Amino acid sequence: MNDAATHDDSKGQYFWVWGALLVLTAIEVVLGYRQVFAPVRMLEVLLILSIIKSALIIGYFMHLKFEKALMRWMLVISVTACFIIMYFFFFPDAGRVMPPPNGVGLQ
Amino acid sequence: MANATLEHGSVAHGLPGAYEAPLFGAYSKKVGMWLFLASDSLTFGALLFAFSYNRIYTQWPTPFHVESIINATIMTACLLSSSLTMVMAVFAAQRGDRAWTRNWLLATMVFGTAFIVLHGMEWSKLIGEGLTIPGFPKPATAAAGELADISKNVPQFPATFFGLTAMHMLHVTIGVIYLGVVAFRKWFLPVLGVLWIAGYFLIPSDNVFHYGIHALGLGLVVAAVISFLKPKDYDAHDVEVAGLYWHFVDLVWMFIFPLVYLMSTKIT
Repeated sequence: MNDAATHDDSKGQYFWVWGALLVLTAIEVVLGYRQVFAPVRMLEVLLILSIIKSALIIGYFMHLKFEKALMRWMLVISVTACFIIMYFFFFPDAGRVMPPPNGVGLQ
Repeated sequence: MANATLEHGSVAHGLPGAYEAPLFGAYSKKVGMWLFLASDSLTFGALLFAFSYNRIYTQWPTPFHVESIINATIMTACLLSSSLTMVMAVFAAQRGDRAWTRNWLLATMVFGTAFIVLHGMEWSKLIGEGLTIPGFPKPATAAAGELADISKNVPQFPATFFGLTAMHMLHVTIGVIYLGVVAFRKWFLPVLGVLWIAGYFLIPSDNVFHYGIHALGLGLVVAAVISFLKPKDYDAHDVEVAGLYWHFVDLVWMFIFPLVYLMSTKIT
């Protein structure tokens, strides 16, 4: 565990992270509200913003940034690998069962 | 600190040096929680994949108006703020400041409860307007309109919406109970019991939360078993581990909010 003394002096950084998360949320809302991008591009942009937000939460709020490198990499690599496997199994198989109609999809 | 637990265990068994140093340099409770969260992230990952698949390959409705988006944005701000107060609780616990640990945990619980209440109101409004799935109690008067049509023509929408958000709401509820037990130990149990009973009798029987409130009853049983079978004074490690769970709940919402709400907006 990382002792409190290690991080207590930098408590301000958590307020910055909180502020950054609120700003990123506001950007997402504006993008969604104004429908700035076409739906597929919008999905990509929102996902990228969500991944940035989740990295901030995991790294700072959950303190993973301050953990041992072995723990950090083991967790990140294993979870990411599971998601990649899930993606490759889920989407092609779902498409095989119910192929997407031409030109129909996101609106 | 990680070695402290280990050394203590070794001394207790009279076998100094009998155990290997911890692989991750962290105490076991924390590693256990991380492993649980990794597995739980796959549960939510599967639900989000299912949602995304339907979102892409179906004529997806976009029924959420400005009020829903404002409501969901306030809910997001509540969760983000609760994460900050949780961090403060961990700091206070590491300083050994019991009073402020409790205060910050209480603030986190208040934000979490605000999230649940706002979400419950949103659900009730949508259900009242006709967005429903089989198994939900039927309202006294059948709703008609856009959301009722969606439930009939695109059942994937209410199924994925309620499935994802219910799973998340359950996690937030468990999180509030978890923090309540860590902050107030067995003194939290009567509060939980009163909320459960009051909720059951005050919420009308045609509202889905009339039945959903039993999650509090289940939480009460689990919390009571833990509190009475293993009574303890929760320390800084316990607060930190509870914090990991709470931040995870916040993290999951960072994906649900844009995917479920912002990708289904109807701005007129």
